[in-house]
Amino acid sequence: MPSLRDIKRKITSVKKTQQITKAMKMVAAAKLRRAQDRVVAARPYARKMLAVIANLAAGVERAQHPLLAKREPKKVKLLVLTSDRGLCGAYNTNIVRKAVETVRQLQAEGKEVKVNVVGRKGRDFFRKRSGYTLGKVWSELGTIDYEKAADVGKNIVERFAAGETDEVYLLYNEFKSVMQQKVTLEKLLPVEPPDEADPFMAAVDYLYEPSAEAILGSILPKHIEVQVYRSMLESQASEMGSRMTAMDSATRNAKDMIGRLTLKFNKQRQAAITKEISEIVGGAEAQK
Amino acid sequence: MSSEDWKKTMVAEKGKMLLEIVAPSRQVVRSERVDEVIAPGSEGEFGVLPGHAPFLTTLKSGMLSYREGADWHYLAVDWGYAEVGPNRVIILAEGADRAAEIDLSEVRRAKEQAELAMKEHRESLDYEKARIELLRAMTRIQVAEKHGQK
Repeated sequence: MPSLRDIKRKITSVKKTQQITKAMKMVAAAKLRRAQDRVVAARPYARKMLAVIANLAAGVERAQHPLLAKREPKKVKLLVLTSDRGLCGAYNTNIVRKAVETVRQLQAEGKEVKVNVVGRKGRDFFRKRSGYTLGKVWSELGTIDYEKAADVGKNIVERFAAGETDEVYLLYNEFKSVMQQKVTLEKLLPVEPPDEADPFMAAVDYLYEPSAEAILGSILPKHIEVQVYRSMLESQASEMGSRMTAMDSATRNAKDMIGRLTLKFNKQRQAAITKEISEIVGGAEAQK
Repeated sequence: MSSEDWKKTMVAEKGKMLLEIVAPSRQVVRSERVDEVIAPGSEGEFGVLPGHAPFLTTLKSGMLSYREGADWHYLAVDWGYAEVGPNRVIILAEGADRAAEIDLSEVRRAKEQAELAMKEHRESLDYEKARIELLRAMTRIQVAEKHGQK
């Protein structure tokens, strides 16, 4: 049976933890709002770029450009976006589980799989385990801006263009809402332009300056950068949302725990007082 | 994207053009009543009036201006693509800032830093990065000095 002092100490400790989780929840909420704004702000560019590519690809012979060319997928790369920091619920667990699943599946198909990771959590996971070929890792990126994402994108495009990989997949947490993040697997390379081109523009013949091929050649790598940038922003918003919900339930749990401990504390205090009174009464009785 | 979405992006007032300028991190301009656009194409500066032939080109770093009625607006854009349709112009720029938004002292500092970095690195990847940074800064200084805050 713990003494009164032990229970009191425990209550103080849980209270302190609660303060921390509460603060973390608030910080995550503030960061989430900013991250959400950035996701929304990045959407028009990504959408417009895809539309331009669709129009371009409709006018040009397919497989003209190395980034459009389909090869026999022998060597596959998986880019996994995780977070640098923990304490964000099942965020990293979910994505890593899906990554492992995907790698197993691809290996079962007889493909050679290389894993590229963004984020410290994913790096630690894959480094500790054997059976995975871990390629380039980016971690501690801090706040995502376009340049950082472009670096990642450029690296992937270079490796693909050099023939080191035949297919590249992107695995990240898509931001649905604060409560909901969806682990999403997308094919990054080779680029598959959307079939449905702009119905108002597809019929007309464009003038290209310089040539259509040259424009396509410069716009496709940029498209990859933009995709990486967008998914990084989505990931970051998801991370903040996940952390916010995790810290919220942690704060609530701490509150419940404090309630239970306080009840126990009061009960035991009452028992001690009752015991003391009965001892005094017993003593007085005996002296009569 | 469904055709409904396309229609929404297509509306321009009669006899005018729709102009959209988007950078990766934000939408900079969206106007449905633009009369004229002058943009820095990589093969030379070009002007667009309503009814222009469909046209797709790359842009270099430079000044982009557009006219709504009698008002001219000026921006600095860094590389990108311009898609021109009969009644719309879409600019995908790597960076874009309105002349009034440019902070001259900050840009001048960026220019000095870039020049310094170019001297230090020479012919490495960092040199190329610094060169791009320098071009960006110079475009902004040009635009801001001409049309920025007085």
